[in-house]
Amino acid sequence: MRHIISILLENEAGALSRVAGLFSARGYNIETLTVAPTEDDSLSRLTIVTSGSDEVIEQITKQLNKLIDVIKVVDLSEAAHIERELMLIKVRASGEDREEMKRMADIYRGRIIDVTDATYVIELTGSGSKLDSFIQAIDADLILETVRTGVSGIARGDRVLKV
Amino acid sequence: MTMMTGAEIVIRCLQEEKVEYVFGYPGGSVLYLYDELFKQDKVKHILVRHEQAAVHAADAFSRSTRRIGVAMVTSGPGATNAVTGIATAYMDSIPLVVISGQVPTTHIGQDAFQECDTVGITRPCVKHNFLVKDVRDLAVTIKKAFYIAGSGRPGPVVIDVPKDVTAARCEFDYPAEIRLRSYNPVIKGHSGQIRKAVQLLAGARRPVILGGGGVILSNAAERLTRLTQLLDFPIATTLMGLGGYPGTDRRFLGMPGMHGTVEANMAMQHCDVLLAIGTRFDDRVIGNPEDFSAIARKIIHVDIDPSSISKRVRVDVPIVGSVPDVLEEMIRLLEAERERKDISEWWKEIEDWRSRQCQKYTMRDDAIMPQYVIEKLWEITRGEAIVTSDVGQHQMWTAQYYKFDQPRRWLNSGGLGTMGVGLPYAIGAAFANPDRQVVCVTGDGSIQMCIQELSTAKQFGLPIKIVNLNNRYLGMVRQWQEMFYSRRYSQTYMDSLPDFVRLAEAYGHVGIRVEQPGEVEAALKKAFVDHRDELVFLDVRTAREANVYPMVAAGKGLSQMILADENM
Repeated sequence: MRHIISILLENEAGALSRVAGLFSARGYNIETLTVAPTEDDSLSRLTIVTSGSDEVIEQITKQLNKLIDVIKVVDLSEAAHIERELMLIKVRASGEDREEMKRMADIYRGRIIDVTDATYVIELTGSGSKLDSFIQAIDADLILETVRTGVSGIARGDRVLKV
Repeated sequence: MTMMTGAEIVIRCLQEEKVEYVFGYPGGSVLYLYDELFKQDKVKHILVRHEQAAVHAADAFSRSTRRIGVAMVTSGPGATNAVTGIATAYMDSIPLVVISGQVPTTHIGQDAFQECDTVGITRPCVKHNFLVKDVRDLAVTIKKAFYIAGSGRPGPVVIDVPKDVTAARCEFDYPAEIRLRSYNPVIKGHSGQIRKAVQLLAGARRPVILGGGGVILSNAAERLTRLTQLLDFPIATTLMGLGGYPGTDRRFLGMPGMHGTVEANMAMQHCDVLLAIGTRFDDRVIGNPEDFSAIARKIIHVDIDPSSISKRVRVDVPIVGSVPDVLEEMIRLLEAERERKDISEWWKEIEDWRSRQCQKYTMRDDAIMPQYVIEKLWEITRGEAIVTSDVGQHQMWTAQYYKFDQPRRWLNSGGLGTMGVGLPYAIGAAFANPDRQVVCVTGDGSIQMCIQELSTAKQFGLPIKIVNLNNRYLGMVRQWQEMFYSRRYSQTYMDSLPDFVRLAEAYGHVGIRVEQPGEVEAALKKAFVDHRDELVFLDVRTAREANVYPMVAAGKGLSQMILADENM
């Protein structure tokens, strides 16, 4: 099953590689990983999308907690949460494709943020599956380049992940 | 406050931590540190002959006491040589602080002479590591390192110190205490869980206790013994837990697992309640986890490390906490609890298994049986020596035939299985326990992996006794080849072995060759009595194709034991 794990860790050199190294050393899978400092710049917030049986996810959580630089770990997917991912996608946009691509961007509430005679760059935000679905919806031959940030997530309601 | 150089700060911090011995090897990046070591005499430096041995010796210092071992190595090859030692300590949760030199901060990343990414290389085999780039962080980092190494589930911590940091100056202030917001190991076990466990124990009809290395590490042997005797339950200990309960007591079943006894393995498989303490259900201990889990029994698991719980085996009553505290609480509750089930039927079953005498072996007139050597060694040392071993058949025979009654007397590499630890372990233990006899049981393969340390032992006059069970084979690998690879002895015959007696003599020690069964006892006496104050290397030519039994093949369940022919 897919899980979104949020981690609060010390914003120190090497902290990210401890997390990444743990996943590769123990054979856990990383689908996406994002990391950036929080409002307190001594802390980084890291979000990992992974998948595995309940036993594997339990071990991942425990092993992450064992890392000295890790302050808190929470499995967001255990409760109501919001996930967002940003994608920039460069597509061919000429001839009749140009109008169609604009329409598709509108349907998905994307924004065209760069325009040339032959191309668009579309910015799209949403859940990972929404971004997947956009890629599915347009003609694969028209995609020139995609870049995705990976998933960020936050719990709904008054649950917070803080020191 | 006083201004100090980084090197002065390191040595002062070691003094503050009451470090008596540093095992190490100098080099370019640690010249300032060695210069400061030279100027004082509180911290004694033990010069080894290879950095791997420095870490092993520091590791044994810790294993045989309860203190944190300290090693010091230079950058690049010094650090990479230390890695085997660090990984060995990590697998067995041994608290160490390893200080490695690093090239100057301005050179880092430039592929400088003797540069390597020590923090990167050691990351997967340390509890934590640090690269100190600013001299002002040095003292607090050392404080953190000692705190992290020794608390919670212990482990090695590496501090990588660039050469310019050891030369730079700042004010010295050693914090008396340290708190880390990201690291707060749980100590106290959950009282509700402990009560639940006690109820299970009191209601058990076929109980068994399993003690692991955590019992030794947390100094809980005395409490485990009290609990076991209070309940009058059978107890097994893992390889790492030997000495956690008196090996000569009737309740002791021996080790379970790959080379465990029939009684320990059968008790594990047929019990209704298993109390596992400070152990991690390692593959060598439980065999195939699916087979192990297929048997209905309630498992209580006490461990300081939450990630050890339900990692390989689902448990029914997990208790995260410090082993001695949890045991104390259990004893308190059990003393109040009068209701106890009669387990005499279970004891009868166990005695039946025990009566199969699975460790019996047949003496030969023409060859020395290795098991006999260990039995004699136990007799002559009255079971009181600190015994180190390397890895292989000799290690298993020592674990099976030397009955450890006390904790911290049995030092071996259980998790990583590092050949070559035996002699450096003996060196570390000898420094930590100058009044105690230290014996290294080894084999003709293992001893050659750190044999250069005979020179260290000579330099410091350590009266270690080395018992080399020499069968001219890499015996354990050969045993597997015999049993599972149709006797194709691929690369396990040790051709061109040195003359160990003359080799020991060349290093300035006493060497004795033992070739006949009748000579064993006299040779041991000669070594332990006549040459009491010298290092003696006993080269014992043993039966070549003796095997370790019982044996559970890899991937099999614990009930599927292969016994020695005569016991089948």
